[in-house]
Amino acid sequence: MRFTKKDILDIQSLSKDEISMILDTAVGMKEISERPVKKVPTLRGKTIVMFFQEPSTRTKLSFELAAKRLSADTVSISKSTSSIVKGETLIDTAKNLEAMRPDVIVMRHSSSGAAYQVSKRVGCSVINAGDGTHAHPSQALLDMMSIREAKGKLEGLKVSIIGDISHSRVARSDIIGLTRMGARVSICAPDTMIPVGIENLGCRVEKTMESCVTDADVVMMLRIQKERMGNLLFPTEREYAGLYGLNNRRLGLAKDNVLVMHPGPMNRGVEISSEVADSGCSMILDQVTNGVALRMALFYLVAGGSRHADTD
Amino acid sequence: MQILIKGAQVIDPGRIDGVKDILIKDGKFAQIEEPDQIKPESDTQVIDAEGLIAVPGLIDVHVHLREPGHEYKETIESGLKAAAAGGFTAVCCMPNTKPVNDNAQVTSFIIEQGRKACAARVYPAGAISVGSSGTALAEIGDMKQAGIKAVTDDGLPVSSSQLMRRAMEYCKTMDIPILVHAEDKDLANNGSMNEGPKATALGLRGIPNASESVMVCRDIAMAELTGARVHFCHMSTAQSIDAIRQAKRKGIPVTCETAPHYFTLTDEDIPPYDTNFKMNPPLRSEIDRQAIIEGLKDGTIDMIATDHAPHNIDEKDVEFDRAAFGIIGLETALPLALELVGRGHITMEELVEKMAKAPAELMGINNDLVSGNPADLTLIDPDYEFIVDPDTFISKSRNTPFAGRQVKGRAAMTFGNGIRVYEAK
Ligand SMILES: [Zn+2]
Ligand SMILES: [Zn+2]
Repeated sequence: MRFTKKDILDIQSLSKDEISMILDTAVGMKEISERPVKKVPTLRGKTIVMFFQEPSTRTKLSFELAAKRLSADTVSISKSTSSIVKGETLIDTAKNLEAMRPDVIVMRHSSSGAAYQVSKRVGCSVINAGDGTHAHPSQALLDMMSIREAKGKLEGLKVSIIGDISHSRVARSDIIGLTRMGARVSICAPDTMIPVGIENLGCRVEKTMESCVTDADVVMMLRIQKERMGNLLFPTEREYAGLYGLNNRRLGLAKDNVLVMHPGPMNRGVEISSEVADSGCSMILDQVTNGVALRMALFYLVAGGSRHADTD
Repeated sequence: MQILIKGAQVIDPGRIDGVKDILIKDGKFAQIEEPDQIKPESDTQVIDAEGLIAVPGLIDVHVHLREPGHEYKETIESGLKAAAAGGFTAVCCMPNTKPVNDNAQVTSFIIEQGRKACAARVYPAGAISVGSSGTALAEIGDMKQAGIKAVTDDGLPVSSSQLMRRAMEYCKTMDIPILVHAEDKDLANNGSMNEGPKATALGLRGIPNASESVMVCRDIAMAELTGARVHFCHMSTAQSIDAIRQAKRKGIPVTCETAPHYFTLTDEDIPPYDTNFKMNPPLRSEIDRQAIIEGLKDGTIDMIATDHAPHNIDEKDVEFDRAAFGIIGLETALPLALELVGRGHITMEELVEKMAKAPAELMGINNDLVSGNPADLTLIDPDYEFIVDPDTFISKSRNTPFAGRQVKGRAAMTFGNGIRVYEAK
């Protein structure tokens, strides 16, 4: 099978086979990061633009390391250096970037659909590094990679996602990806954080955290945005932690070798207690490690991979 | 100068339904007779209208003409010509221009520009509050003398219930209707499409049905309190239609309009992040669309308006959540409304009622096909099939979700004051 997608915009548009291919490729890439010399010439001469309209140190660093380990050249434009602050439109910025002939644009934007809109206008590949509350495909893929690595499979697992689903692109992408790969996904949060019709993405909405976590193979906690309290989503962090925080007692309801995940950065003591975050079942740092490998795989597949296999 | 329109199917609901000849003399209807009863004089212009339907001039009670202030989107002239091309002989233009039409000078300017356009007529709506800022009453009496036919702060809700009460009382004295833009902004929460599974999947902030219906319910209560004539604009939800149905049963003097997109499309029809489908209120669910059709059938919805909202490409070719709300509609409304007739939801007579008679009544105009009345007339070609092509639009803007749609029926000719202001090619 060849990977034929020009862009990675969301999980919805990836088939089960394509997801498997990305995860398999990422496993191969992970080995490169373990070597003393963490660099291969695969993408030498390729140019990757990091277009981050919204600040994100972690994701950007992960994409940059991935590009460098494959020997690609990277350039960054961020909100403060881009012309957007000068009133230029997204489409104009995209056309300008394309005129510099990059091979891939990695894009983070605060508006849902921005990466999709840009991909329609440019010939090069676009990788969505997070758009509004729509999608964050590389995060969902690295989550799937981490679970598959620890459990050996995705099919048949029960994955529980707890927290602000409404404002989470990670949750949307994870729900779609995990269910597509045969996992069962349950979600839980107060109704203020459950968007209308989320069950159409294939998940089950649980009333209590206890019922959501019971028998889970994986418990994924989402970051609570403290500044959202003014938006009436929940009364206080204290109450939230009491009702929806992950602690050892609640984790005891899950399966014995449960995995705990978090896309970071964590609010310790709010959505997750330190005892859980630092315990042996926490996959949080493995997620970060796998993030680099997974993003190397994405670069390889869209910019230098099987589409050009004959000339490699 | 005389015009004789021969052999059209003439429909004036409750009055005329049959093949007739119509004689127009000096800008007014002179005679409407059985075929071949009128003998043309030598200078009479004879129009063979066989196969066409002649109806009282269509009136759109809800358009945005953008002048003064945003002439690059539309001018009064381009908007009124687009209206004529769509079969409308008159439109009511919303006051959210720059400056806002909240005083007699702006009203007079609009009427003067309209006269010069030599296209459809314009009936300006004045603002309820100064600058539509929702704080103090505008000079409604003064504007009425200058020619406004209604008041509204359209584009913005009147958030203060107290201001709305006083506006209704004042307009009752002036005997002009209040056009309500029903929206609870707080509840709408800067959303950009209908709240529902599609918005959730696209990651776009949703606007719940209740953001419309809570204000409809409030203003029904206020209409009951004040006895003012209250008209609800661009109804889009099942709950609003239900509330208005109940209000009418109680004898409260309310009317309402919907727009063609609300009975034609749903939020599921929105192609990913296509801002030509972004309007306020947003496209709702299939349940709502069905409720709108039901409301049109049982008479709860009195009229069809377009909420013609021209925007330049610069305001639309951006991120979905940053794009301007609104679509144009003058040149697609008639064929889309004819789809309702084609599907058997309403009769041709009911269509004329909703697009010509009820709007005239709201504006306080006699729009009957009767001798002595100004000859405002639309000739409809019900069988003409075409594909909607925005490049052929007369409107200055192109923001329509109907590009490429196969439709049937259009205006063949539009007459205003007996003058042919539009003729289809
Ligand atoms: Zn409005
Ligand atoms: Zn409007």
